[in-house]
Amino acid sequence: MRRVCVVGAGVIGSLYAAHLARVADVSVLVRRPEQAEALRGGLRISGKSDFSASVLAVSEPAELPEFDLGIVATKATDLEAVGERLAGRFAGATMMTIQNGLGAEEILRAHGPWPLISAVTFMSGVRQGDAHVEYELDTETWLGPYAETATPLGAVQGVEELLVAAGLRARAFPDLRPAQWSKLIFNATVNTVAVLTDLPHVSQFAAIGELTDLGHLVRDLMEEGERVAAAAEVELHEDPWEMNVLAVRRGETQAAEGAYAHVPSMLEDVRSGRRTEVDFITGALVREAERVGVPVPLHTAMYRLVRARETA
Amino acid sequence: MTRVCVVGCGAVGSLFAANLASLDDAEVWAYDLWDDHVSAINEDGLRLSGAGEVLGRVHATTDPAELPPCDYGIVATKSMQTSAAVEAVAHAFAGGAVCSVQNGAGNEELIAEHVREVIRGTTFPAGHLAGPGHVVWDTKGDTHIGPFEPSPAPMEKVRELADACTRAGLPTVALEDARGAQWRKLIFNAASNAIAALTGLTHGRVAEPPTRDLAWAVMAEGRAVAEAQGIVLDMSPEELFDYAARKEVAYDHKPSMLQDVEAGRETEIDFLNGAIVAFGERHGVDAPLNRALTALVKGLERS
Repeated sequence: MRRVCVVGAGVIGSLYAAHLARVADVSVLVRRPEQAEALRGGLRISGKSDFSASVLAVSEPAELPEFDLGIVATKATDLEAVGERLAGRFAGATMMTIQNGLGAEEILRAHGPWPLISAVTFMSGVRQGDAHVEYELDTETWLGPYAETATPLGAVQGVEELLVAAGLRARAFPDLRPAQWSKLIFNATVNTVAVLTDLPHVSQFAAIGELTDLGHLVRDLMEEGERVAAAAEVELHEDPWEMNVLAVRRGETQAAEGAYAHVPSMLEDVRSGRRTEVDFITGALVREAERVGVPVPLHTAMYRLVRARETA
Repeated sequence: MTRVCVVGCGAVGSLFAANLASLDDAEVWAYDLWDDHVSAINEDGLRLSGAGEVLGRVHATTDPAELPPCDYGIVATKSMQTSAAVEAVAHAFAGGAVCSVQNGAGNEELIAEHVREVIRGTTFPAGHLAGPGHVVWDTKGDTHIGPFEPSPAPMEKVRELADACTRAGLPTVALEDARGAQWRKLIFNAASNAIAALTGLTHGRVAEPPTRDLAWAVMAEGRAVAEAQGIVLDMSPEELFDYAARKEVAYDHKPSMLQDVEAGRETEIDFLNGAIVAFGERHGVDAPLNRALTALVKGLERS
């Protein structure tokens, strides 16, 4: 796997593209010609790493060279459009989805016969411009074969090795669902609470002193999610509440060092007037809950409130 | 001559003060902390415009020590200020009865910490402050009052106050049990206010998808908590919700909690959804959606 195409150059896409450019031929497909233009001048990463990478950036799929691995790193809300743009092309490629929530693989699969790799990432950063990302959290990418396309585990391990060689942290799993669901439950909770309170992920998310403290709601939401996972026969890789407590503690340490608490992506979307990924995160959890017959009144309430908040 | 003191002379307090001052047999005082408003009332009277034109002669003061002994108190502060305000003026009601006309539940309990004879009240008339000494009366409506059970005012006093308000142009019903009216309004308000505050929607839009089912589920929890206390609602909060959502009624109205959030003010969440949670806890009824809304609005207050 020496040829990689990253689709979408937001924070996560840019982090992959720049790091992979150290060990592979990297092309980048973006929607806006201005961004392609900016990227052709070099992609800059600052923060956890500090370097510039040169990538081949285009805004038309027809201009892309062939590639072995496609990393689809757009927002979940743009997946349908990406699928249409890639349809009928790059028959030899394996595609990896990295979106929040559930359901990205199904959308892509409807547009082509590519073997798919499921992935989740905990990396984060802040966009500083069309061709500059500040790298905040250099955490792992977890990946696994998407069962419906019978992707061989060996292909997944190949991607793991490539990411590690590029200086990123990665881990291949024979079954990604336990990790995917841990992150789904964590994200469905933290993102919606952040959107509705306009709070970044701060210590109040773990406060459980009084019955109406935010931590109780966070924990109740996570427990609802865990009941759905159990009914779907997924054993969680990590305890979402512990992930929450750890993240909050890490945020506090950083705040003490003068950095800001992490702003969950859906809150960032709402603050910039963009549509959120709530349909793929909380919406996916609510749909799964319905499928397995577990009532999720709190996630249903959060879903409705966020949808309403988007339209107001 | 009956002497009444309105405690907290904002929009609702002013409706009571100015109207009661129009009676020949009432002397009206007003206690409020806003200097300019108090001076304007003392110099030019308390003016209402809009749904009714009234100019009331009211003795206003920012100094509790100036208040004479009163027969009745009408508390109309924001719920967060109830304790401090009533504590400051309690001496004027050593022989009087004090009635809350505030939002939500839990105010009478706070009043009863300082005053012996307490009246439970729920009012619908609404208005807004136009400037010092001037309130615009937006909507007319009924008021229901009754003895506060743990520390009650005698029923004859409840009737006398209701009669005075009614004669003054604020139709008021005296009830042996005013909890049904209070909880009907509480259940309605808790759903409308918290959802609007979190989403930015007006009342009419809260009553539509995707929040309509949520509002109904939030009201169902409130009903269960009321029922556990043996409270019989006098009307359906759901019907009230739909009525208020009509274009010609209050479709475009921003509930007060949304206005508070937009202005960066503290909200009355503890006396609305928070009260449903607290009363539910006392009576063994869980109200998880109201608990969630309370936690979210408190988070929003701190952001």
